[in-house]
Amino acid sequence: MIRLFSNANYDFIKWRRFAFSLTGAIMLVGLVFLIVRGINYSIEFTGGTSVQFEVAHKVETAKIRAALDQVGLVGADVYNFGSDTSYQVRARLGAHATEGDAGTQAVADSVARALDHSVGVGQYRIASRQSVGPKVGRELQGKAFMAILLSFVVTLIYLAFRFEWRFGLAATIATAHDVVATIAFISVMHLEVSLVVVGAVLTVVGYSLNDTIIIFDRVRENLRKYRRQNLYEILNLSINETLPRSVLTHGTTIATTLALLLLAGEVIRPFAWVMSFGIFTGTFSSIYIAAPVLLWIEKRWPGEDARGARTFGTRAPAGAPQSAPATPTSSPPTARTPQPTR
Amino acid sequence: MGKIRQRLIVIGALIVVSIIALIPRHVKQRVPDATTGRMKDTTVLRVPINLGLDLQGGIHLALEVDQSKGPVPDCADAIQRAERVVRTRIDEFGTTEPVVQIQGRCRLIVELAGEKDPARAKGVIQRTAFLEFRITDMKGEFKTALPAIDAALRKAGVKSRSNAAPSAVSQLFGGDTTKAARDSAADANAPGVLSALLFTGSMPGEYLVEEQQWPLVDSLISRPEVTATMPRGIELRWGAQSESRNARPYRALYAVERQSIITGEELVKAVARRDQLTNQSIVAFQLSHRGARKFEQETARHINDFMAIILDGRVQGQPPVIRGQIGANGQIELGSKPLQEASDLALVLRAGALPAPLTIVDERQISATLGTDSVHDGVRAGIVGIVLVIVIMIGYYRMSGALAVAALTLYCLFTIAGLAMFGFTLTLPGLAGFVLSIGIAVDANVLIFERIREELVHGKSLRIAVDDGFLHAMNAIVDSNVSTVLTALILYAVGTGPVQGFAITLIIGIAASMISAIFVVKTMFLIWLHRRPDMVTLSI
Repeated sequence: MIRLFSNANYDFIKWRRFAFSLTGAIMLVGLVFLIVRGINYSIEFTGGTSVQFEVAHKVETAKIRAALDQVGLVGADVYNFGSDTSYQVRARLGAHATEGDAGTQAVADSVARALDHSVGVGQYRIASRQSVGPKVGRELQGKAFMAILLSFVVTLIYLAFRFEWRFGLAATIATAHDVVATIAFISVMHLEVSLVVVGAVLTVVGYSLNDTIIIFDRVRENLRKYRRQNLYEILNLSINETLPRSVLTHGTTIATTLALLLLAGEVIRPFAWVMSFGIFTGTFSSIYIAAPVLLWIEKRWPGEDARGARTFGTRAPAGAPQSAPATPTSSPPTARTPQPTR
Repeated sequence: MGKIRQRLIVIGALIVVSIIALIPRHVKQRVPDATTGRMKDTTVLRVPINLGLDLQGGIHLALEVDQSKGPVPDCADAIQRAERVVRTRIDEFGTTEPVVQIQGRCRLIVELAGEKDPARAKGVIQRTAFLEFRITDMKGEFKTALPAIDAALRKAGVKSRSNAAPSAVSQLFGGDTTKAARDSAADANAPGVLSALLFTGSMPGEYLVEEQQWPLVDSLISRPEVTATMPRGIELRWGAQSESRNARPYRALYAVERQSIITGEELVKAVARRDQLTNQSIVAFQLSHRGARKFEQETARHINDFMAIILDGRVQGQPPVIRGQIGANGQIELGSKPLQEASDLALVLRAGALPAPLTIVDERQISATLGTDSVHDGVRAGIVGIVLVIVIMIGYYRMSGALAVAALTLYCLFTIAGLAMFGFTLTLPGLAGFVLSIGIAVDANVLIFERIREELVHGKSLRIAVDDGFLHAMNAIVDSNVSTVLTALILYAVGTGPVQGFAITLIIGIAASMISAIFVVKTMFLIWLHRRPDMVTLSI
């Protein structure tokens, strides 16, 4: 029988400052990339035309790019898509794009002309093509923004309903961290942000929240069970107790996302990248963001049962949490900070 | 034992229902007949899972009423009427299982699966196909009004062609007015701005314009000064294609009566064919009773007049002379154009005209090969993902892991059956969502097994540990899955096609994993414990 991390006894919370600095550094790098390069929006959001095509013999991308410049599509992207003989051309509509479809259709026609010119008529096979008008692009932008915002509101309401507000707030901050970290990842990797990638970000939100909830659920239970320990110890204990589950579940999920990343083809790859990163950041944030933030919130706004928080403020316990002596400052055990389940 | 039997009955029923949902069945499909090209109904035997356009290839179009040439007051009404017309056209066009639906208020979605000629399909959908018959300007009213039109143009500062054509063009589009003022004196004696560009044609109301002057003349006649001075009841219409006279390309411009004698609304039948004598593509049509009567009366009044056949504002062919009363039958000549174009025209004429021009606001086109590749890659990734999960689960949890894997196969069955049963569409992101959900699906089992291990460590007996393990893990399982379902629901609400497919598979997957990981695995444990009452250690 294999036992991974059973009876683990790591002091996770001790590393919170290091963890904060690490994630802060990642976000900073992401922010720099974001400012310097901007977000690589797909034409779903910007409007324009993207064409994915295959050729029998390799064509210099410079040649295609020159042809695109010639038809007046300066700033159009050309890059290999998966293989040497597969390319994608992407021409965005300018920010000044007007309503009415003339512009969109004209861009689509220009791309076709440039390909005929550089690759040759009938020498390429179009695998997929998408033309989006400026109006639809703006609509989709709004929708994507709404989706992310709405998911926050709804999960917040759900958490408020299921947990005490301190837990809800900590979980939300951890989830917000994941969204920011994922955006940083996307900008560093320069992944194309399409609706599907926004979908992946939302799935990361769900997954990370799921992970945080599992740990908080255990925290809630342990707070009831071990009335003499402080919150610092209980958080560490709960994370350690749920560690085997975390390792197993993340293992199976990583296995499937890696399968997607490596085998499911070029179209789904940005989605798989975001999911793979999201699993890491989701796991990281549940342990190193959600739990320390909960501790911090307890310290700032102590509940009726503020054990641990106060202790934590005055004397950071060292060593193994389970062996730490019970704190005498705990209030009567009848009042609980976390709500009893159901 | 009775409890186990009840559980087994429930599981058995679920499996039977799922399998029934997935049995290949006869589906009625409209497919184009190979020989005649017409649509016919056939029955096909297939597994009832809808594949999205990204998996089977095809085109997706979002159309809106074209408002670029003036606003359309009631776009919702226009789109509703357009939907009926487009549906009729698509039905005849010959695509299997097309989707035509209104999205929101003023947008029409058209999806054609497996379509190989998107340009042609777009043409058929977008063509307004407004057909009308008008008598040409027999009295020469336009010719009489030409000097007045020239004068109006001169007054507006448009220089005539004799002062070099390029500058005239530049003035039209930029307007260097100082130069115009300087030249105005010379212009007074110059030939007419417009009349100099027009050559009289072979019939009353017909004028010819040199092909390269066509854009210039077109911009001239659409100027407000010209439309204001046009004789009452007369309009100008261009010929549909350029024609060569004396070996030079010309474009015909017709002055026609504003009132049409009949429109395409009265048309009941239209067939494309090739004329045996002239080898021209023609569309022969037939009018309704009412239309035929009206047509007879009108043509009787206009014997020896010329009648222009106007389609979407362009005159088709040379207007024929009316030799006698024309009844219900007539034809439109398309010259040397291919027969397919004629049959497409016949098709849109049969289906009727669009109430307003439609413009494409969103277009996706995926080749069937890319779709097949996507299915292939997605399935491959899915199989590898499942194998990895199986290895991890059995390697770590042994017998209990094997039970979870058995439940996982049921999970896959339930999810796919759920997609089929509710008629949801499987898309590429949906496939990815399914693969991902396999990894997440075992989470419930992991939670339960870890819990049972803990209870065993606490020294509980086997049976109680299993019971408590399931019971205590429930809380976390429900909480975590509800949060995922909530985000998936939002994604479904705001997403479009492929993303909605992803959300749907995720939601169905979670529901299926609840059943398989909790109910099915619990039942398996009960049977296991029932069979081996003497067991003291659990293979977990």
